[in-house]
Amino acid sequence: MLPDKRGRFGIYGGKYVPETLMPLLAELEEAYKEAKRDKAFKEEFHYYLRQYAGRPTPLYFAERLTKHLGGAKIYLKREDLTHTGAHKINNTIGQALLAKRMGKKRIIAETGAGQHGVATATACALLGLECVVYMGEEDTKRQEMNVFRMKLLGAEVIPVKQGSCTLKDAINEAIRDWVTNVCTTYYLIGSVVGPHPYPMMVRDFQSIIGQEAKKQLMQAEGRLPDYIIACVGGGSNAMGIFYPFRNDKVKLIGVEAAGLGLDKGNHSATLCAGSIGILHGAMSYLLQTPDGQIQPTHSIAPGLDYPGVGPEHSYYKDKKIAFYTSITDDEALEAFHLLSKVEGIIPALESAHAVAYAMKLAPKLSKEEIVVINLSGRGDKDLGIVFERVKKEQGE
Amino acid sequence: MTITQIFKKAQRQGRRVLIPFITAGDPDLETTKRLIFTIAQNGGDILELGVPFSDPLADGPTIQAASQRALKNGLTLKEILDLVKDIRAEINMPIVLMGYYNPFFQYGLERLAQDAAKAGVNGFIIPDLPIEEAEEWLKHSRKHKLDTIFLVTPTTPLSRAKKITQKSSGFIYYVSVTGVTGARKELPKDLIANLKQLKQITRKPIGVGFGISSPEHVQRLVPYADGIVVGSAIVRIIEKGQNPDEICAKVGKFIQDLAQATKIKN
Repeated sequence: MLPDKRGRFGIYGGKYVPETLMPLLAELEEAYKEAKRDKAFKEEFHYYLRQYAGRPTPLYFAERLTKHLGGAKIYLKREDLTHTGAHKINNTIGQALLAKRMGKKRIIAETGAGQHGVATATACALLGLECVVYMGEEDTKRQEMNVFRMKLLGAEVIPVKQGSCTLKDAINEAIRDWVTNVCTTYYLIGSVVGPHPYPMMVRDFQSIIGQEAKKQLMQAEGRLPDYIIACVGGGSNAMGIFYPFRNDKVKLIGVEAAGLGLDKGNHSATLCAGSIGILHGAMSYLLQTPDGQIQPTHSIAPGLDYPGVGPEHSYYKDKKIAFYTSITDDEALEAFHLLSKVEGIIPALESAHAVAYAMKLAPKLSKEEIVVINLSGRGDKDLGIVFERVKKEQGE
Repeated sequence: MTITQIFKKAQRQGRRVLIPFITAGDPDLETTKRLIFTIAQNGGDILELGVPFSDPLADGPTIQAASQRALKNGLTLKEILDLVKDIRAEINMPIVLMGYYNPFFQYGLERLAQDAAKAGVNGFIIPDLPIEEAEEWLKHSRKHKLDTIFLVTPTTPLSRAKKITQKSSGFIYYVSVTGVTGARKELPKDLIANLKQLKQITRKPIGVGFGISSPEHVQRLVPYADGIVVGSAIVRIIEKGQNPDEICAKVGKFIQDLAQATKIKN
């Protein structure tokens, strides 16, 4: 069973954090272990997933998309239909319940696109917890509506003006807050990243996606899929759907953001183009300079715009348990438009990366083969970005 | 001179060890070189030289900004090692590199230990490398007789503090506050009690840092700590200075005042 006792997935993971946090991480690990054994905790978690978040989400056979691409049968795991519009809520409800159990009343979180911030603010409102969200100043401008949404939900949003003013800097600032207020505060990390036990906990809470998908596909087709495709930024939706299939004969494909192109240097494709290093408490693949400074990243999808990746994905890559590829901004946009028109589903730009890869793959497969795409979120939040793009193109 | 020798010498002289911190390359490497001489000549005992990192998550705004200034000039670890090598013949003061793990890891741990020892670096402080993750580094650093200074904090239970003091060499770095680096007006209320407690479990010297910003703070800590680290308060002088002459003059004066305050009164 991974991670091992030291919080490692092979060489990846671990706890590279300031000493101040080490005792807290041990406490968290213990609290999580106890909660996991506690039937009541599990029941409460599943109660909220069912009655509040709207689970199980459908596994939808995308018949028109299948016909349009003319190859494999395509199913969409509809995480976009959950409350708050993305898979993030699975994790925030789980961790917020854990925080409450630990007696922590103040929750802090980082957010890039704002989806995790919104999901955290929502879980905090649900459970009556104080919520502070760190968000890069650049992102607060790009995702103004999500800032407003978080405030409506009662959260305080703190714009981060350090470094590149994006997600990685928001994480730095959240960790600084945590180091300062560690006795009262719970840090609710939004992806399968950070020091142990976070990558394991977030994976466990998100693996509901894969568990449901497995059951649903068995019902619909009587067999497992041939491919599962999911986008990878930090990698929580991908890990959530991959994990229950890791020992099966299913090709797991993680799609990273190639941004303007891998050769241009403006991308966020950590596993495809990065090297091993240490950031935000864990050893994993990273986008960095030869001197070990963290590199600026780019993706049209704010949720993929991150220079690191979950340590378990790094392990999956090395062990060939999953395969990782990348999709450019332009390809993701094409998929965004296609899915909207052909299926009436506007995907998040992050999820559009997974759809874009399916567009390349499915036509090459036979009609008997089955592809599942994890549609991790809905695209309402991205209308502004796409609107600007369309306006610009029409102007030209 | 080694770190251990400096603590013994100060003890004989009836004073505590002053450990000033500056970020290498802030605002440029030439000024850093001048500052090292300034610090050594005005009473600094051990220099804590910051290796800038793009994402310094244990640092407050002052040292974050210093790292950014240094990185803007494209500073590399190799250049910092070259600088130490360059001044080693003239400077007797022990030099400890303080930096985050990733730049060290990329340089290569074995190569780093070898090059650092050759350049005349005395030890390392790596704030995001707790004892559990340090085995590989310790293997190489010990081989090259480099000290690795581990941190103990107010949240560290005593049983864990014991393990940390066993691994730490040179001195134990006691973090005065639950928080990040940065000059603060007041010393934390429980600091002296915490230092007394730590003294009971180790015979190694204890250096205290984070938030110590004035000669008055230093004076108050003299009865309880063997060494005192002052960082952000110095970095702020560098940040505000208009030119290298002014920076060196002001830092020199500040170091003198701090050094004065390290005397043990009977």
